[in-house]
Amino acid sequence: MTTDNEVTDGEAGGAEQKEGTERPKWDNKVQYLLTCIGFAVGLGNVWRFPYLCQIYGGGAFLIPYVIALVFEGLPLLYMELAIGQRLRMGSVGVWNSISPYLGGLGVASMMVSFLVGLFYNMILAWVLWYFFHSFQSPLPWRDCPLNLNHTGYLTECEKSSPVNYFWYRKTLNITPDIETSGPLQWWLVLCLATAWCLVYICFIRGIETIGKAIYITATFPYLVLTIFLVRALTLSGATDGLVYLFTPNWETLKNPKVWLDAATQIFFSLSLAFGGLIAFSSYNPQKNNCERDALIVGCVNSLTSIYASIPIFAILGFKANENYNDCRNWNILKLTNAFNIGDENITLENYDDWLNHLNTTDPSEVESLSLKTCNLQTFLDQSASGTGLAFIVFTEAVIRMPGSQVWAVLFFVMLFSLGLSSMFGNLEGVLTPLLDLHMVPPWIPKEIFTGLICLTSFTVALIFTLGSGNYWLEIFNSYVGSMPLLIIAFFEIISVAYIYGINRFNDDIEWMTGRRPNIYWQATWRFISPFMLLVVFVAYVVIEAEKRPTYNAWNPDYVNFPLADVLHYPEWVFAICVLLSVLPVVSIPLVALYRFIGLLKKYIMNRHNPNPYANEFCNGDLKCKHCQSDETNAGQYPLRKLIT
Amino acid sequence: MFEKIFFLLCLSTALAEQLCRPEASDGYRVRLSIKTALGDEAYVWNDNEMFLFRATLAFAMRNQISGQEFEVSNIIVCDETPRVSFWFVVTSPQNTSQLVDKESVEEAVRKSRNRINSAFLLTDKTLEFIGIPPTLAAPVNPDTPPWLIVFGLVMGAVGAGIIVLLASSVVQKKRKNDEKPDDEEIDEETRVKTVENSAASEGIYNRSFSDDERFTHM
Repeated sequence: MTTDNEVTDGEAGGAEQKEGTERPKWDNKVQYLLTCIGFAVGLGNVWRFPYLCQIYGGGAFLIPYVIALVFEGLPLLYMELAIGQRLRMGSVGVWNSISPYLGGLGVASMMVSFLVGLFYNMILAWVLWYFFHSFQSPLPWRDCPLNLNHTGYLTECEKSSPVNYFWYRKTLNITPDIETSGPLQWWLVLCLATAWCLVYICFIRGIETIGKAIYITATFPYLVLTIFLVRALTLSGATDGLVYLFTPNWETLKNPKVWLDAATQIFFSLSLAFGGLIAFSSYNPQKNNCERDALIVGCVNSLTSIYASIPIFAILGFKANENYNDCRNWNILKLTNAFNIGDENITLENYDDWLNHLNTTDPSEVESLSLKTCNLQTFLDQSASGTGLAFIVFTEAVIRMPGSQVWAVLFFVMLFSLGLSSMFGNLEGVLTPLLDLHMVPPWIPKEIFTGLICLTSFTVALIFTLGSGNYWLEIFNSYVGSMPLLIIAFFEIISVAYIYGINRFNDDIEWMTGRRPNIYWQATWRFISPFMLLVVFVAYVVIEAEKRPTYNAWNPDYVNFPLADVLHYPEWVFAICVLLSVLPVVSIPLVALYRFIGLLKKYIMNRHNPNPYANEFCNGDLKCKHCQSDETNAGQYPLRKLIT
Repeated sequence: MFEKIFFLLCLSTALAEQLCRPEASDGYRVRLSIKTALGDEAYVWNDNEMFLFRATLAFAMRNQISGQEFEVSNIIVCDETPRVSFWFVVTSPQNTSQLVDKESVEEAVRKSRNRINSAFLLTDKTLEFIGIPPTLAAPVNPDTPPWLIVFGLVMGAVGAGIIVLLASSVVQKKRKNDEKPDDEEIDEETRVKTVENSAASEGIYNRSFSDDERFTHM
């Protein structure tokens, strides 16, 4: 490589990869680690893991979680980082190199990355919307708006709550069901454009700009979480929330769904099978200890989940406490007014005594008041995950904290950083394969190409800005971001362990890191991880196929409003769901078939016109790389890879 | 004579009591929550405070119905409770046995609600007239929603950043293009070398090279 051009000023030559241009590389190891950690640590660590911890018996959930990490997460992570670093290409190039029949894996990864990037950035657009609104006093989700003649509040808001109203009506302007599309919401379009512009500016020169941006976006969330932790622990009721979260309930371990959720959570949390990790590690120097990197990234990701759940639950405990006190104060006011007892004579402390006394003197009157039963446990049980946690539950907690604007701003900037660093990985999983495949004409500079991808994604993602956008986002989240990934990961590990050959892989790793992987890695790569993935996938399909899929709609005209109106997906929507699950993975068999047909054609041609060299190099072995039409490596002979 | 005066007084109070009673059709119940509003600085509710209330209400009635001079005696109060709640009715100054209708009283209270509240250092929530909903304060609606301002700032910064980065890329490329003539000479030498090498090994038609011509971008 020493005679080649030493052009290393970023990506100027990236599109034209002559053997001359060197692959872009990280400025230092810290950038690489932070980028991988940033990709792995995302919104799910903050709003999915605490929820799972809560519903699956607190501290007890950590056991299946750690087991899943050790036997499924870390092996897959190490494998992806190692092959990316060894073969120095994006996902499509890597799988093409291992075997041309597996090129479909890379295409599948690329498609999943693209589709996930679409809806993930929409969530970031929502975060931006809330961020823009956090600079007002009072916060707009604190009060209900007044009705037309200013005599009361809007019915929709009064029946639900100001926070719900702001989310469903002011932000989403949601339609009552998925079939009613509604118009494009211009404010969401603006926010989406801002989100894509922010992604573009960080991505504009590939890892050169990502590497700078990641110093902030990967570290800022930890800073905010620490601030929230300190603040949350001083709030009243925080300890209730923490006790509730971490009290282990060992009974839940008997429920198989807990193990399934732990396995899927680890898998999705580490962002495996997107191709982003492969792309990031392909920019590493080859002699790099990727075993240590994998362990660092995996453990930091899990520790972040646990660390994030502490302030989240402290704050949720505070909110539950506030709701509980509100409930009891409402009862107290009712009693005070009905019995004309002096103002503030009944307090939270002596409420029970008073209630008993009044019950004995005038039970019928007390009966007629229909007092609420206030139970702290019910309020603590009001769990939420996903957008519900961030935009409804947490925003309600924030308005009760003194200095709400500051906390709101900090929270939404944290969410945005978490999401942005994950978006880098998603886009990298799309961009690097396209560049490596030389599907980009060399006269288009990388900046323009990145811009085109962002523009295309923005245009397609406009469906999420419709009135029914939230319903579509849920569909994408459930059907694209789940099953295809499991399938891709399963094929990944099978192909590395059995098609590439575990011994050859061990040799590569020994060459890269200086020592062979130990028995733990061998056992997990060969048997344990594929087996676990297969079990998880089958269990997932079985559980999903059991019931006809439904969704929760927000319908103000519903009889039981504000409870969610549970509707079934119409046929055409369900067809789209299936299409979304199948489309990414169908490329795996399709590409294999295409190659096989190509091979057959070659074989037939060779019979008519034998190539004397074919026998010399390959001894009649048709699978030998020299004999196949090698457009896969874009003009580079496979031998060259062993030399570089 | 004293007996007559005494009799008249008794009669008037008796009449007043008949006019004011709980659930009176033209009366309203008032509820005060002084301790909730003022905490440690709460004042004790006594006859003087009641006098102030009646005077304030008379003031409100005067504001509403111009021309009629309402006096404190026109506001009759009954059914006081330790909650600090009571009923009141308003009698007409021209005819003390006739009550002023509900709607006028409501209008009067609504108009002067703020003054009544501030006389007692209370708010709409802590000084309640049961049956008269407070006029809710209209929220402040600025001309430019504040979120658009923040959006404009962020977009402006991002747009400027993108333009700067793109411009610097163009400048870098121009600089490289100036240096390129030197590099191209080096390239040609290496290319010549490879051509020589392949010429030496040529003899039999080597299919593997011919296939690649279709795909290499050289």
